[in-house]
Amino acid sequence: MLNRKDVLGLYDLSAEEIDEILTVAASMKKLLRQNIKKLPHLQGKSVTTLFYENSTRTRCSFELAAKYMGAHVVNIAAESSSVKKGETLVDTGKTLDAMKNDVIIIRHPMGGAPRLLAKTVKAHVVNAGDGMNEHPSQALLDMLTMRENFPSLEGLEVAILGDIKHSRVAKSNLFGLTKMGACVRMYAPKTLIPKDIDKMGAKVCSSREEAVEGADVVMGLRIQLERQHGGLFPSLGEYAKFYGVNEDVMKYAKPGALVMHPGPVNRGVELTSALIDGNTSRIEEQVLSGIAVRMAILFLLTKEAI
Amino acid sequence: MIFKNADVVFADGVKKADIRTEGGKIAEIAPSIKGADAIDCKGLTVFPGFIDLHVHLREPGFEKKENIESGCRAAVKGGFTQICCMPNTNPVTDNKVVVTYIKARAKEVDLCKVHPVGAITKGQEGKELAAIGAMKAAGAVALSEDGKSVPDTKIMALAMQYASDFGLKCLCHCEDAGLVDGGVVNEGYYSTLTGLKGSIRAAEDIVIAREICLAESLELPVHICHVSTYSGVQLIREAKARGVAVTAETCPHYFTLTDEVIASFDTDTKVNPPLREEKDRLAIVEGLKDGTLDCIVTDHAPHHEDDKNVEYNLAAFGISGLETSFALSYTMLVRGGVLGLPALAEKMSGAPARILSLEGGEIAVGKPADLTFADLNEEWTVDPAEFVSKGKNTPFAGRKVFGRVKMTVVDGKIKYEEKRK
Repeated sequence: MLNRKDVLGLYDLSAEEIDEILTVAASMKKLLRQNIKKLPHLQGKSVTTLFYENSTRTRCSFELAAKYMGAHVVNIAAESSSVKKGETLVDTGKTLDAMKNDVIIIRHPMGGAPRLLAKTVKAHVVNAGDGMNEHPSQALLDMLTMRENFPSLEGLEVAILGDIKHSRVAKSNLFGLTKMGACVRMYAPKTLIPKDIDKMGAKVCSSREEAVEGADVVMGLRIQLERQHGGLFPSLGEYAKFYGVNEDVMKYAKPGALVMHPGPVNRGVELTSALIDGNTSRIEEQVLSGIAVRMAILFLLTKEAI
Repeated sequence: MIFKNADVVFADGVKKADIRTEGGKIAEIAPSIKGADAIDCKGLTVFPGFIDLHVHLREPGFEKKENIESGCRAAVKGGFTQICCMPNTNPVTDNKVVVTYIKARAKEVDLCKVHPVGAITKGQEGKELAAIGAMKAAGAVALSEDGKSVPDTKIMALAMQYASDFGLKCLCHCEDAGLVDGGVVNEGYYSTLTGLKGSIRAAEDIVIAREICLAESLELPVHICHVSTYSGVQLIREAKARGVAVTAETCPHYFTLTDEVIASFDTDTKVNPPLREEKDRLAIVEGLKDGTLDCIVTDHAPHHEDDKNVEYNLAAFGISGLETSFALSYTMLVRGGVLGLPALAEKMSGAPARILSLEGGEIAVGKPADLTFADLNEEWTVDPAEFVSKGKNTPFAGRKVFGRVKMTVVDGKIKYEEKRK
């Protein structure tokens, strides 16, 4: 039983809680594989997705997760609603609460916004990504995918390459994986490595070969074109040449090492197409894991104590 | 009026003495003064009235956050007898009309002395010089672009030169806006942990260095506001050593807190410059001790709850500081073994008076009877609900501190006296 009101980040979750979510998610995934998409767990519950940032896959994944378990789902693309009229997050939260929502799933461009919402509302709050802070469900789905392919997360060597500085995915993975006993290496241009990330348990490497050497999992993170305009690197082409992961780089990893990416992927930038479409890629598997993990989170948060 | 039996903080030590005031001045200081109209201050320590060079009173324009009356009420409760108010009002204090208004309103309120600080440039837009001479004539005591730096170095140099004709100093908020680029906290472990955008020390240091270079080249004095970095302290120390006429201030939050507190996402920890790391905090303490940092100011920045109960990125920068400054300074610096009582009086009264050539700053015959009486043994807990400032925004809520202001006397008149519980 997940004994908490909200899921805001993996920094706050214990290894036991992470394990419980992953265990329930594994059962959910089994059902999904059998194409069972009509479960009773959230019947009579209302779930609202409140997205202050564009998202297709995460919002869709949460929505389907809730619907597969029978919840009423409302989607708010906040850019087009009351935010433009100048309503504060606190007031929006109070309104959603007054409408008897059981769960609010929030994505927000600013770190800490889900925490502010959680403090304000009685409903459960799930963080679907806040600024550069956390994206817990993404890291959990990554961990579920890894757990299905290895006996345990403990001792696993995971290399993360890409825009780590602006990535809530990298942070949540770092917090989650290290709690579960895995080792996380990181590599990116210095302009894309956040300060003191090594003091949080990451091993910051000085070359992509060093990062990938002996790794069980190699994860690419999206490089956004806007970072190039911000002066963080000269061009996507230069990024691909010096920092991207290709077949030659993958030779340094353990044989059969998995290739992962939270998507959407820039083909030929973070990873080459051959790796994305190769038989060690788990990128599509991650998508199914996503629904399962989100079902597990929603179920465990709303489950009544027996 | 005679204040009897207090421990008096003089520049050279603390002595028990009686103080007689007359016509708003200190008329006599002696071991025992007899006469009518005497108040027994046994058990209290009396400091020269505190002077705060850096306060935001918010009026005109932002009266929801604070007004001249509530700000002055907070000032005297915090032991301040003179405060300098920053020009980022609406309209900006860049002309004699606003300066005159603030002075007039402060006179009506009649609590502490209020000295307006004028803007350096019109509208604080960094382009043309504000009406510097006219503001001086109306009572402005200094110039500042507080809240930002003057981006164009040439305009800054010209402003310093022109202002010097009127005997006005520039109080420099040091921030390279391009380098800050939307950062809201110090860049370091805690900015990475929270994902809040960080700003590196260099964003502050570069402009501290620029103002020092200008002061040195032009052979003019300059004052550096709210120093928060260890490297900034070092820049000022080196400049002073080679004779540059630079003075500097810091605030209680910079010698009390580090950026560790931002992990809570509590928007009351959001302040500009941001709270930094332990090595910065220690350097600020050392700078106060060795005289690199001349004075302690509050940078009292009151805000309404609506400005703080929002996402961290959207929250206003600033801490409501007038009512906690003395206790934090006394607790951290005197009880912490860094400064003696005379040195604390120097940081909170003597040096500020000298930096802006204000009357006061010491307890001596002939000086204005500006006196702050405190009980140094009283331990109390900071509770923003008890603030008389409209700004309840403090990261110190719940903190236990020593030293409580009991009475504040301005020009010989009691302007604040704590009600007995």
